Amino acid sequence: MYCKRLGRLVSGLYRCRMGLSRAAVRGQRSAGLQRSAAVWSPCPTASCHFSTRSSFRNTVDPDEVRRFQSLAGKWWDEQGEFAALHAMNDLRVPFIRDNLLNVHTARHPGKPLAGLRILDVGCGGGLLTEPLGRLGANVVGIDPVEDSISTAQLHASYDPDVRASVSYQACTLEELSADGEEEQGAGQFDAVVASEVVEHLADLETFAFCSSHVLKPGGSLFITTINKTNLSYALGIVVAERLLRIVPSGTHDWEKFISPVDLERLLASNGFSVQSVLGMLYNPVSGAWSWTNSTAINYALHAVKLSDDPQPDRAEDSGPHPEHQSAATHS
Amino acid sequence: MHKLTKAALAFHGLGRCFVAEKHVSAINICRRGLVCAQHGDDPGENEVYDVIISGGGMVGSAMACSLGMDPNLEGKKILLLEAGNKKVMDKVPDSYSTRVSSISPGSTALLSGIGAWEHISQMRCKPYKRMQVWDACSDALITFDKENLQDEMAYIVENDIVVAALTKQLDSLSDNVQVKYRSKVVKYKWPMPQQAAESIPWVQVKLANGETLQAKLLIGADGPNSMVRKELGIPTVKWNYDQSAVVAVLHLSEPTENNVAWQRFLPTGPIAMLPLSDTESSLVWSTSHRLAEELLALDEESFVDEINSAFWSNENQSELIETAGSLFRGALSAIMPSAGSPRQLPPSVAGIGPKSRVMFPLGMGHASEYIRHRVALIGDAAHRVHPLAGQGANLGFGDVACLTRLLSQAAFNGKDLGAIQHLLEYETERQRHNLPMMAAINLMKHLYSTNSAPAVLLRTFGLQATNMLPSLKEQIMAFASK
Repeated sequence: MYCKRLGRLVSGLYRCRMGLSRAAVRGQRSAGLQRSAAVWSPCPTASCHFSTRSSFRNTVDPDEVRRFQSLAGKWWDEQGEFAALHAMNDLRVPFIRDNLLNVHTARHPGKPLAGLRILDVGCGGGLLTEPLGRLGANVVGIDPVEDSISTAQLHASYDPDVRASVSYQACTLEELSADGEEEQGAGQFDAVVASEVVEHLADLETFAFCSSHVLKPGGSLFITTINKTNLSYALGIVVAERLLRIVPSGTHDWEKFISPVDLERLLASNGFSVQSVLGMLYNPVSGAWSWTNSTAINYALHAVKLSDDPQPDRAEDSGPHPEHQSAATHS
Repeated sequence: MHKLTKAALAFHGLGRCFVAEKHVSAINICRRGLVCAQHGDDPGENEVYDVIISGGGMVGSAMACSLGMDPNLEGKKILLLEAGNKKVMDKVPDSYSTRVSSISPGSTALLSGIGAWEHISQMRCKPYKRMQVWDACSDALITFDKENLQDEMAYIVENDIVVAALTKQLDSLSDNVQVKYRSKVVKYKWPMPQQAAESIPWVQVKLANGETLQAKLLIGADGPNSMVRKELGIPTVKWNYDQSAVVAVLHLSEPTENNVAWQRFLPTGPIAMLPLSDTESSLVWSTSHRLAEELLALDEESFVDEINSAFWSNENQSELIETAGSLFRGALSAIMPSAGSPRQLPPSVAGIGPKSRVMFPLGMGHASEYIRHRVALIGDAAHRVHPLAGQGANLGFGDVACLTRLLSQAAFNGKDLGAIQHLLEYETERQRHNLPMMAAINLMKHLYSTNSAPAVLLRTFGLQATNMLPSLKEQIMAFASK
């Protein structure tokens, strides 16, 4: 009964592992930069930017690289480790599409999202990036794991439609946000998507800040993640890691899961207005996701960046502090 | 042994149809994955089509129109491949064609939706409001009609007219659907189910002119001898009934309203007279190969006599069955006096259209799988039925409607059109509809191919009882008109 769910948790773990290096980067970054400095002088020096990147490269263990290489090919196996993520597209693509169509009218019936720019943070092999691209949106997928990006690029290269609308970069959200400062400037995206990603991040404050930074005013932020409840602890940590030992003990950090209430508060302090929070339920027998009233395990959230800029001092007070410690033990 | 295998295959199909949820499907996916995987050796820079439809008959053309008109599929590259010439019909020919189809309300709705029905009704079609089926070995009969004969039950349309209407419609969709006539496929190359480096993930179609095309989804609409199905190695259950159908255009002896479809079960096979106009009907006479050849060899006058006696003769009836049947009918009408419907008499035939007599062999076929990785079969390529229920074309149009709906949804969700998930949905949904229909038709065929007393009694009682139960008849009609 639970084996599929465990399978999903395992797949979650893989993603988590990929997120680790990113978490480490985040940790370093937030340790190195004062948050207020990041807000008030959001153009980090070139040297700082460079060091972030090089530290990311250095934190990657060659063994891990090999593991990711073997795993990278599995992103597109619809029945494999990432089956649950493939299946989740049935909920998350319509969720993103319909919320965007509420604001932007579709001019081309075959490509309802044409003309919109979307950033997919932690895109992995491009499982969500490609469908959004097929709907006509111009999508940028970013992920710190270069092998995943290579897989995504290779997969997209075969499909002329996807190739035309999707591009990938091996970088973090902070780097992209900083690049944006130098090139096109802030506020270039109509939507930021972080699906099954934030539970792996060390520093949600920075994530929320950078998301807001790259979004246009009125732009949408879409998040899907796991709640911080006893149930998610029981399934994710106790069953998967300690009882069945499918997952090495201590890999998934329940402490980093976040409840919808906390996430909402954090986003509000970064100038977002949360529009909707919906529970998602995975049926391990049918392998399909459905919407549910309960947000006890998985949930999806839609927030909109308010037009006026966020007040930095407000953000300082309420946000939970980044967990450098746990990120360090993970990497 | 051979029969056993067939039975196993059929059971497999039924099992999939009713049980088929994800676990069974998962096994099938694995199995599908093992077949026909080939590496691409010549990638080239060929154009990638979203959908290629192989076969431009009634069902394939309808599929192309249907996809081309769906708003969610706007901008997709859709290609129809047809080996034959473009069939344009500037003017409706004076004489009727012998190959006709019964088009159910469900199919009419599909054809109206894609704009082809307008052309068909401008060209030529004949509605019928009632169907009478009766037995040569007893008095048992069953009639189907819509309440008060107000609505059409179905239409008899010549296949050529349907294709011409769809061709006309495809011309108006030239921005969305490309059609290549006179293009014969010589080879299909199937992709690996999981993408391996350096291999082309699409279906590759090699044409006789040397051109190679690529498709994210290939739809096989290439008829009962489907090359797509054969090259995929999809197991097919086949029954050759050892029967042929003799078709002809019949001239009636006097003009009538002609809005009834007639069918009589003879021990040698069913004979049907389907209305074409006030004075003409279409004959579909299924019978043994030998008898069919004899019928074809007869001179026109004797052939007409044979047809009339097939509809009118009582030579196959026995007194026992007669008595049992009328007793049973008497008992039934005592219980339900108002139910049932009176017997009508078919019109008599005066002659046949010049050179309209043709015969062709009949068979039943059932592909145990309708889909593979990036491939779907529709119409006769997936299922072929005996013409006795007039359902062949309707099952195919049902496939078109279902697959269009699922592909439209998939496109609106940004999916790869060739992804297995929605193809599996197509297969489950259609097998759930098609298999019971095929089983029922096959049962009828076998039940009526004998004149042994027990079988005749069984069918006599069954037919009479069914005729008395309007609700059951309504359900049968509702199922058949989808």
